[in-house]
Amino acid sequence: MTSSGNPYLTVRDLTVSFQGKGGEFHAVDRIGFELDRGEILALVGESGSGKSMTSLAVMRLLPQAARMSGRITIAGDDVASLPRRQMEDVRGARIGMVFQEPMTSLNPVLTIARQMTEGLIRHQGLSRKAALAAARSALDDVGFGEPDRVLSQYPHQLSGGMRQRVMIAAALALRPGILIADEPTTALDVTVQAQVLDLLVDLKSRLGSGILLITHDIGVVAETADRVAVMRHGRIVETGATDAVLRNPTHDYTKALLASHLTVEKALGLRPAEKGAPSRS
Amino acid sequence: MTPDALTLDNIRKTFSSGGRVVHALSGVSLSVGKGETLGVIGESGSGKSTLGRIAVGLEVQSSGKLFIDGERVDDMSAVMRRRRLRQCQMIFQDPYSSLNPRLTVGHQIGEGLYAAGVSDWREIRSTVADLLERVGLPRDFADRYPHEFSGGQRQRIAIARALAPGPEIVVADEPVSALDVSIQAQILDLLAEIRRENRLSYLFISHDMAVVARLCDRVAVMHRGRVVESGPIAAVIENPQHPYTRNLLDAVPRFGRRRTGRKPVPVDLPLHGDGDRFVSVGEGHTVLQASEDAAAG
Amino acid sequence: MTDTSAPLASRRRLPVSILIGTGLAVVIVAAAVLAPSLIPFDPMRMAAGPRLAAPSFDHLFGTDEFGRDLFSRVLTGGRLSLGIGLTAVVSGLAIGGLIGLVAAFAGRLVEATLLRIIDVLYSFPDTLIALALVAFLGPGIENATLAIAISLVPFYARVTYGLAAAERAKPYVEAAKLAGIHTGRLVRVHVMPNIGQSLVVMGTLGFSSAILSAAGLSFLGLGVQPPSPEWGAILASGRNYINKAPWILIFPGVAICLTVLSFNLIGDSLRDLVDPRRKDRS
Repeated sequence: MTSSGNPYLTVRDLTVSFQGKGGEFHAVDRIGFELDRGEILALVGESGSGKSMTSLAVMRLLPQAARMSGRITIAGDDVASLPRRQMEDVRGARIGMVFQEPMTSLNPVLTIARQMTEGLIRHQGLSRKAALAAARSALDDVGFGEPDRVLSQYPHQLSGGMRQRVMIAAALALRPGILIADEPTTALDVTVQAQVLDLLVDLKSRLGSGILLITHDIGVVAETADRVAVMRHGRIVETGATDAVLRNPTHDYTKALLASHLTVEKALGLRPAEKGAPSRS
Repeated sequence: MTPDALTLDNIRKTFSSGGRVVHALSGVSLSVGKGETLGVIGESGSGKSTLGRIAVGLEVQSSGKLFIDGERVDDMSAVMRRRRLRQCQMIFQDPYSSLNPRLTVGHQIGEGLYAAGVSDWREIRSTVADLLERVGLPRDFADRYPHEFSGGQRQRIAIARALAPGPEIVVADEPVSALDVSIQAQILDLLAEIRRENRLSYLFISHDMAVVARLCDRVAVMHRGRVVESGPIAAVIENPQHPYTRNLLDAVPRFGRRRTGRKPVPVDLPLHGDGDRFVSVGEGHTVLQASEDAAAG
Repeated sequence: MTDTSAPLASRRRLPVSILIGTGLAVVIVAAAVLAPSLIPFDPMRMAAGPRLAAPSFDHLFGTDEFGRDLFSRVLTGGRLSLGIGLTAVVSGLAIGGLIGLVAAFAGRLVEATLLRIIDVLYSFPDTLIALALVAFLGPGIENATLAIAISLVPFYARVTYGLAAAERAKPYVEAAKLAGIHTGRLVRVHVMPNIGQSLVVMGTLGFSSAILSAAGLSFLGLGVQPPSPEWGAILASGRNYINKAPWILIFPGVAICLTVLSFNLIGDSLRDLVDPRRKDRS
């Protein structure tokens, strides 16, 4: 889709600010990154770091009170200059989005089939039948063995993990170049989280999707992301290949984030010496 | 031999919802020794929160016995039980809804002292200030309201409130899962420190293996209303025996491993019945064995 | 992550409906309170003007079949209607609220029993309950007020129970319970301050229904007795003259409508404002 050499999504000098009581508040402060198809870039940071605002800016879904400056291009088009109608096509067709809480993003009174085909019919002008076929194949892509059964169900009949997979399928059905996943596994159980992360990696390698993964969990980053950008107070403080950044962090905040990240191994090593327990390195 | 601080014996709990009977707990037995931290780990629907609520008396089990300091409390009169259960306090998951927005934090911490029979408000005030200091907050925060505090500070306040009645047992239900990672470790360290100083016993409920590993001496793994494996934390993590424990550990994100995107081979988890027995696989390390396995082996 | 934007994006403005409602209510209440000094004639005085006279400069709302001045009667009637409504709502809310709190905090058996009774009573329209009670107690202003108050009890008991039961499940209430706070103090310190606002809103909504019931009972001759100028009673006496003198029906009718409308507007908008789903977190 993209001309070679130009990344699918580029963000330059992005600033998102709000007028607050004590003057202007920068939720996102002059950040830049790019994301191409077939790779996973993780934006990692704690609450208030500006990572979610960044994703909303890319989708042009910022709250009204927000002021945005900088340049975001998707497949060569400047997002800010697109008319609203065309932006609606960009959302969905070029960028899909998956949110943290799958239950609130699905309409409880509509079947999965209705919710998945709606976008296809509107954005891509497909017939109902073609839209159903596309939805079916998207559900197949995310690993549902019996897509037709899922299509006929309502959100409450599905488990949390299934709903999140449906959300991903709904985004994928539109064949977007990239997928923005905002804390897609935070509300899920660990074993279900593992399935969803496997799915994201699978989509990247099999379908060549580019994925912007927004997360607070550096363990998730370590397992799935190709590149990582560490955010704090609206800025990217460190970025690079995941392995390099996690192995040799240069910024103090990255080091602190890694140090405070609890892992099972570290936790066992850190524990005060126990009576009778074998010593660990 | 000193009795365990808290013992739950064959606890069952059923709820009826819309005419269907849901088994939240199907015969759980656990003990927490004095000064010990027992972790209870499980995913949503495992029954771990219900277990914690039964241990402090917020819910009543459908059957089974509850002992505090070796003394059976579930057959006491309501008044006695209430007094006895005051030794069990709880720390909740959500630091926002666990504090009353309309009362000062000093008031909320002090209430426990007042209820325990301290009637001199000067004495209460000074004890509240001590408690605030104990959890790492300035003494004069007592007159402030919850909305003035961050999530981590609120959780410290909630800890101070739980300590006020002078408990011996503290049930902590996911006390750090709503907090940022950088705050989690601080709160866990605070809990460990307080346990040492006050000789407390913890029942620590969590879905996060790393958090449990950081704080707990022993761990009980729960799945569908049953404990499927329990033992010393290191033994369970390094030598998991039950298929569910292995699944759970394998799912925890870790450094140095990359997800391949291949679907893992699904593991068949045994369906346990009431007749299943625990098998010892190491010192204090037991695993629930499905009865057909037992018959086959 | 929406934290920074939310207060700016949805800075609350008072809805228009609450302004209209409050404006109307202020006018209605002021008219009723100040009635003695506003009215040109004694509301009971017969032949203050010609019989069944149409509205004119002398008699703004016209006169009734006895030549009494309707403007004076409607304004004075407001004192009765609002008074009955207020008394009934306050006592209904007090009794119903108490029952609701007892149901929520006095243990499972009491809870189940009270809820069953409340549900049965709640399934009857409150006007029907009031009607049955007045038929039993006998007509008259005190009995009508009492009947209306009682008819509101199931509604308030249910609402209070619902709010208190939701509050009961909040972690801070559970924590206070664990600390050993006895139930009375728990309700007073933790529950009431947090549900009081919603109860006031419900009181406002019940007020209009009480006014309607009062008018209805008087219209049927079971409430305020003639010649006292209650709105429903005026309506009843005017129904024989609907063709010759429709103003006897129109003015008290409009008074009832506006009163009900204004308190419903206030109640509805207040309910939206204090809706717990709109609570903001930082």
